[in-house]
Amino acid sequence: MNSLDLARWQFAITTVYHFIFVPITIGMGFLVAGLQTAWYRTNKAHYLRATKFFGKLFLINFAIGVVTGIVQEFQFGMNWSDYSRFVGDIFGAPLAMEGLLAFFLESTFLGLWIFGWDRLPKKIHLASIWLASLGTLFSAYFILAANAWMQHPVGYTMNVKRGRAELTDIFAVLTQNTALASFGHTIPSAFFTAGAVISGVSAWLLVKNRDVVMARATAKLGLITVIIAFVLVAITGDITARIMTTQQPMKMAAAEALYSTQESAPFSLFTIGTLDGSRSVFQIDLPGMLSFMSTGSTKGVVEGINDLQSKYVAQYGAGDYTPNIPIAYWGFRLMIGFGAIALLFALITLVRIRKNELPKGRWFLPAMISMPFLPLLANSFGWIFTENARQPWAVFGLIKTADGVSPAVGAASVAFTLVVFTLLYGVLAIIEFGLILRTIQVGPEGLDKNTDDVAMGGDSNRSLTMAY
Amino acid sequence: MSFNTFWFVIIAVLWIGYFILEGFDFGVGILLKTVAKTQAERRAVLTTLGPLWDGNEVWLLVAGGATFAAFPEWYATLFSGFYLPLFLILVSLIVRGVSFEYRSKYGDSKWRNRWDNAIVISSFLPALLWGVAFANIVRGVPLKEENGVIEYAGGFFNLLNPYTLLGGLVTLSVFLTHGAIFLSLKTEGTIHDRARGLVTKIGLFAAVVTVAFLAITAVAYNSKTEVYGLAAVVAVAWLLALQFSHKGREGYAFLFSSVALAFAVITLFTTLYPNVMPSSLLESATLNITNASSTQYTLKVMTIVAVVLTPIVLIYQGWTYWVFRKRVSAKQISSPEVGVLDNINS
Repeated sequence: MNSLDLARWQFAITTVYHFIFVPITIGMGFLVAGLQTAWYRTNKAHYLRATKFFGKLFLINFAIGVVTGIVQEFQFGMNWSDYSRFVGDIFGAPLAMEGLLAFFLESTFLGLWIFGWDRLPKKIHLASIWLASLGTLFSAYFILAANAWMQHPVGYTMNVKRGRAELTDIFAVLTQNTALASFGHTIPSAFFTAGAVISGVSAWLLVKNRDVVMARATAKLGLITVIIAFVLVAITGDITARIMTTQQPMKMAAAEALYSTQESAPFSLFTIGTLDGSRSVFQIDLPGMLSFMSTGSTKGVVEGINDLQSKYVAQYGAGDYTPNIPIAYWGFRLMIGFGAIALLFALITLVRIRKNELPKGRWFLPAMISMPFLPLLANSFGWIFTENARQPWAVFGLIKTADGVSPAVGAASVAFTLVVFTLLYGVLAIIEFGLILRTIQVGPEGLDKNTDDVAMGGDSNRSLTMAY
Repeated sequence: MSFNTFWFVIIAVLWIGYFILEGFDFGVGILLKTVAKTQAERRAVLTTLGPLWDGNEVWLLVAGGATFAAFPEWYATLFSGFYLPLFLILVSLIVRGVSFEYRSKYGDSKWRNRWDNAIVISSFLPALLWGVAFANIVRGVPLKEENGVIEYAGGFFNLLNPYTLLGGLVTLSVFLTHGAIFLSLKTEGTIHDRARGLVTKIGLFAAVVTVAFLAITAVAYNSKTEVYGLAAVVAVAWLLALQFSHKGREGYAFLFSSVALAFAVITLFTTLYPNVMPSSLLESATLNITNASSTQYTLKVMTIVAVVLTPIVLIYQGWTYWVFRKRVSAKQISSPEVGVLDNINS
């Protein structure tokens, strides 16, 4: 492997890994804030237990999200210096805004929330978790606007002499439909993910007959979140697909492995293809569905890979403009598929729980345990799809990924850092997973007992509610 | 003042904020096992950082983001050129952040000891490497120009030489002292006494290496007379910090060690100006605030953003320090040997 391949692997591994923790953080922050608000309003003890219990899970997860986020910001300069030179005038701005507006808000108010239980008035303590959550939302918005610019560059002009793109309109970058649709798709996905985590954990507690009062409430909260979020994800997914069809038709064609331009193009649910994915042997089709997803009409014309390839050769010069088709095809389906399975589990469970009974079948516990993982897989495949199917471009139509890599960094250096980062991520994942399982086992009632929550009176001798 | 100069100043300010704030974090981290022997003491020490360290680290992220936005060529050349040191810093910051969060989850002494060692090492490495990195920027590194692109042309070992290692010793010893001052300000009892004892010991060593480093900088890599004055301010502020610490006036000691850190960064940036990364090979391959910068439009947009948001950030981050101003003592940690995940309820 050369330094380009290694740098791509490193980017992919860091980003997919980072995005395991990010959606949980975003969704869970708001849900925990909601639980604490419920406690603030009703003063019911089980809401407080829920706040602390899911708050603990949230923080274990948040820690890794934060530290891998640092790598995210630095790796552009380290592994992709030519990319950074080319896009810096535009791409740097949302990143800097993210730091200034979002990261400070998140980190400061989360610190206040964790350590401020007995130092802050109840109302301000509650406001802290809301502000920290708001920070995660800002963060998502700016980084998605930057990513959207890579999918569909706007508000810029090319400076040929300096060989870079230059910003002419920051509002175009921050408010283009690609950015808004992507934000509208990603945020509900985050709630979908966090809802699934909360429902899975709560269902487990219910099955084990642990803190049933709390678990029943949080199971409902989680399941309803999953269902509402799914509807929003589907609607914005549909909008995103249509925008994508006009802005990056190759990506939509790759998603279906549609080689020739076609009217009333079908969407295949399942395909057994040749190994390279270029021809299908067996497939189940939904007639006209791809045309509907791309254009809003089952009769619409969808451009095919081969036609787009010749069109791009004419436009950008000789080269291969076709992304890796099997990754695009399966990434797209796995994204939708894993999401749909989670929705199905959520619907069945919610109906049963509302009737105040617990689903008894053998399927129930395994289904609920798998619940948190399904959206995580869906998220990962969604990103793998959308980033892969933009290739060979780093910024669509402007700079190829191959031209963005750091010339000064040798393959050995990238290989070394790739190995160390990957091992470190692996070890941390195991530790974090262990801690999460253990926290669930200890449970909301156990945490209540184990924390040093006892006030002893006498100011400076009073024990701290929260200590590291 | 041109936008380019303004952003050069802003980036200096971000590094000042970072070094003052995460500087004491690093110092406290390295000293964890030295000043705190019992579990209660260790947890008290970590609790002084608890609500603050993450917000402190954001100064680095914003410095990185601002450099990317305002001086993309500087960001690209610096980050790809200083590849391995930055990688070591990143690994350290990953391990450190996780260690704080996870170390007290279990009471098991093996578990805690491992994380404590991780905290010490992952605080030590960046404290040393930031100095090495900044000394390299000031000294100049091999940069070459090819097709209008200025790239780093050296290897890892080009970054290591007596001057840059001395720079590493400066940040290491200054952060250690600054951290000890912070601990003496924020703790009570034995931790406080141990930390205060260390301030003078390490602080005098730091004074010697810092004066030596700044003297070499002023003579060998600098053409401005102001730099001598600025370096003198660093020395005076530092000695005042040590003096106040000696008298038990910890608040003033912390104030003056912060002033010394701020002026140390100002000294280095003044030495650099208007360059951002001098080339040791060719004058023409030097990156400066003009050839490394973004367009005037981008700088203007970022100026508006910075002018509006920075005061707000300073107010609420400052408020956090006020909320957590009380000293922490080991006595306040109830059942320090027990981790929150120790007992499984069944």
